[in-house]
Amino acid sequence: MLKIDNLHATAGDKEILKGISLTVNAGEVHAIMGPNGSGKSTLAQIIAGHPGYVVTAGSVTYEGKDLLAMPAEERAQAGVFLAFQYPVEIPGVTNAYFFRSAYNEVRKANGKEELDPIEFLDLMEKKLKLVEMDEAMLHRSVNAGFSGGEKKRNEILQMAVLEPKLAILDETDSGLDIDALRVVAGGVNALRRPDNATIVVTHYQRLLNYIVPDFVHVLAHGRIVKSGGKELALELEARGYDWVMEAA
Amino acid sequence: MATATNATGEAYEQAFGALRAQGGPSWLPALRREAMDRFSALGFPTTRNEDWHFTSVTPIAERVFKVAPTRSGPATLSPADVAALVISDPDWHRLVFVNGRFEASLSAFAGLPADVRVTTLADALKESPEFVAEHLGKLASGEGQTFTAFNTAFAQDGVVIHVPGGEIVEAPVHIVHIADAQAAGAGIHPRLLVVAEALSRLTIIESFASTGSFGAPYLTNAVAEIEVGNGARVDHYKIQRESTDAFHVGTTQVRQGRDSMYHSFSYAAGAAISRTNVYTQLAGENGETRLNGLYLIDGTQHADHQTFVEHLAPGCASRELYKGILDGSSHGVFNGKVYVDPVAQKTDGKQTNHALLLSEHARVDTKPQLEIFADDVKCTHGATVGRLDEDALFYMKSRGLGAENARALLTYAFAAEVLETIEVDALREGLEALAFARFTQSFGEQR
Ligand SMILES: Nc1ncnc2c1ncn2[C@@H]1O[C@H](COP(=O)(O)OP(=O)(O)OP(=O)(O)O)[C@@H](O)[C@H]1O
Ligand SMILES: [Mg+2]
Repeated sequence: MLKIDNLHATAGDKEILKGISLTVNAGEVHAIMGPNGSGKSTLAQIIAGHPGYVVTAGSVTYEGKDLLAMPAEERAQAGVFLAFQYPVEIPGVTNAYFFRSAYNEVRKANGKEELDPIEFLDLMEKKLKLVEMDEAMLHRSVNAGFSGGEKKRNEILQMAVLEPKLAILDETDSGLDIDALRVVAGGVNALRRPDNATIVVTHYQRLLNYIVPDFVHVLAHGRIVKSGGKELALELEARGYDWVMEAA
Repeated sequence: MATATNATGEAYEQAFGALRAQGGPSWLPALRREAMDRFSALGFPTTRNEDWHFTSVTPIAERVFKVAPTRSGPATLSPADVAALVISDPDWHRLVFVNGRFEASLSAFAGLPADVRVTTLADALKESPEFVAEHLGKLASGEGQTFTAFNTAFAQDGVVIHVPGGEIVEAPVHIVHIADAQAAGAGIHPRLLVVAEALSRLTIIESFASTGSFGAPYLTNAVAEIEVGNGARVDHYKIQRESTDAFHVGTTQVRQGRDSMYHSFSYAAGAAISRTNVYTQLAGENGETRLNGLYLIDGTQHADHQTFVEHLAPGCASRELYKGILDGSSHGVFNGKVYVDPVAQKTDGKQTNHALLLSEHARVDTKPQLEIFADDVKCTHGATVGRLDEDALFYMKSRGLGAENARALLTYAFAAEVLETIEVDALREGLEALAFARFTQSFGEQR
């Protein structure tokens, strides 16, 4: 589904990604861990199409297409979704309106019929239940004044609405209380299907108890320095990153 | 300072002479004469005048705007035409003026409380000349203000509203000014006089619109004087959507008593050059002033807003939020003045001004001016000029919204924050729809 090959990227003068290769197949869950500043969010943002990074070498192929050649909105319409580490506040645009616009544009791009406001509200009711969010949140401006945890839930709510094929969760667990973590993880698991894939970026093994990964990768200094199964996360939790980086 | 040449000065003097024959109460000619003399002596301001530094009125000064013609023959506009030109609601009281002249057939303002008086200026001069004499020209004296003097000298008609103590006027009073093709080359000088006595409540909506095309530009030069009594509240909406063939100058002069509230909202989207002045005096303790506004300009439009809040008594609050969205090579100006008198302790003033530039060539000049002579006060001001937030744009695109739509939605959201302050539902919804349509033409009918 996703094939990243020898990806190099810079922001300004700074080289952040220094040759990343990663293959994600349908049905798989990959966890990416690694120290602060190692390039995890940069990788996620580049996959989503952030214009602030320059890819200097390598390629990203998604469902056989050159992902890097597609504008961000086309990637989203093709099923790529990023839950932001720092969701953006948009005062003046309600969640309800924003979600419906996004949903309908994605539908339209895929040749499907758009939903009117009432049909959409029906759909939202189910999705809200999934992440245990109150309907009142729909009528507030996107993320504006939301608590840290509410913003993260709102990301998963959008994911639930858009039902992406490839979801990347960038530290969605950070800042969540224990109950919220369970709810969010439950939501992600409920959305899993054999034909979609998930990449979870996290610092904590705890999340991986709920969203069990098939592969765990360690990203350090812009490279994947170690990959393994789910037991690698436990080992990292116990021993830290130093041993992996020394070995690399 | 005068830029009016002798020729234009003489032409106005002649036109003024012709108007004097029209009569009215005995004191009126003297008031007009005084205003005419002031207008002649001051001349039009130049950009050397500090208050007009960023706005050149040369295109106004170099023309002689003739007195707007009175209609001969049947009304050219139907009620449906009016409804199509302005945001309105059947529940509102409505006074319609076409080219500055009252159109009774398009107006409807029955059903007001019995002792609340809403009349045209012309009728008020006949029916209650003492009342008009007592209030007209008292707040907007035209001292140092060419356009106010110009209005006082040439005003043909307008509206007088008197709300006695304790009266609550539930439905807004909507004053509609429409210019049609016959206004080409004319100067229209509407006048509004509002006296809201103690503990009364009133909502006024002024709409300025145009229809048809204009071979020559016309000038709207409106003046409003509003007295807000002790404990009274006046909400005042001014919606300016004139043709880009028009020049629009509007001055609102307000004086507020103790515990009173004046809330003003200005929407300016029309005219080639517009200047909107809102001047308020907080003359009694614990008064509150809220001044909000939104301007949307494009092409070569120029929109200038000047506000002046005078805190003359202790414990008053003023809140100001103005936003502008500028496209094309338009030019916006915002000048917010706050004066705090030595006696005005515990003043709480906040002024905010944001401009959003949609094009490389649009430009905005802002000048906050705080003059504070009391020591125990809280006064802040903040101004930003910016472009659309790139992070927000990317966030929206990452959810599948196309670039154009993301921009449109974000632009609309910028406007929505200030439109939300409108407390008259039908007006707010109408303006939201207008702004939405303006920025999202390609976005379908999702709202
Ligand atoms: N636009 C940018 N301009 C300059 N430097 C950047 C930019 N974006 C990221 N960086 C830098 O690149 C490095 C990697 O950042 P990134 O956000 O990808 O790290 P991360 O692995 O997600 O870290 P964390 O675990 O703290 O979220 C950091 O040193 C960061 O400061
Ligand atoms: Mg990160």
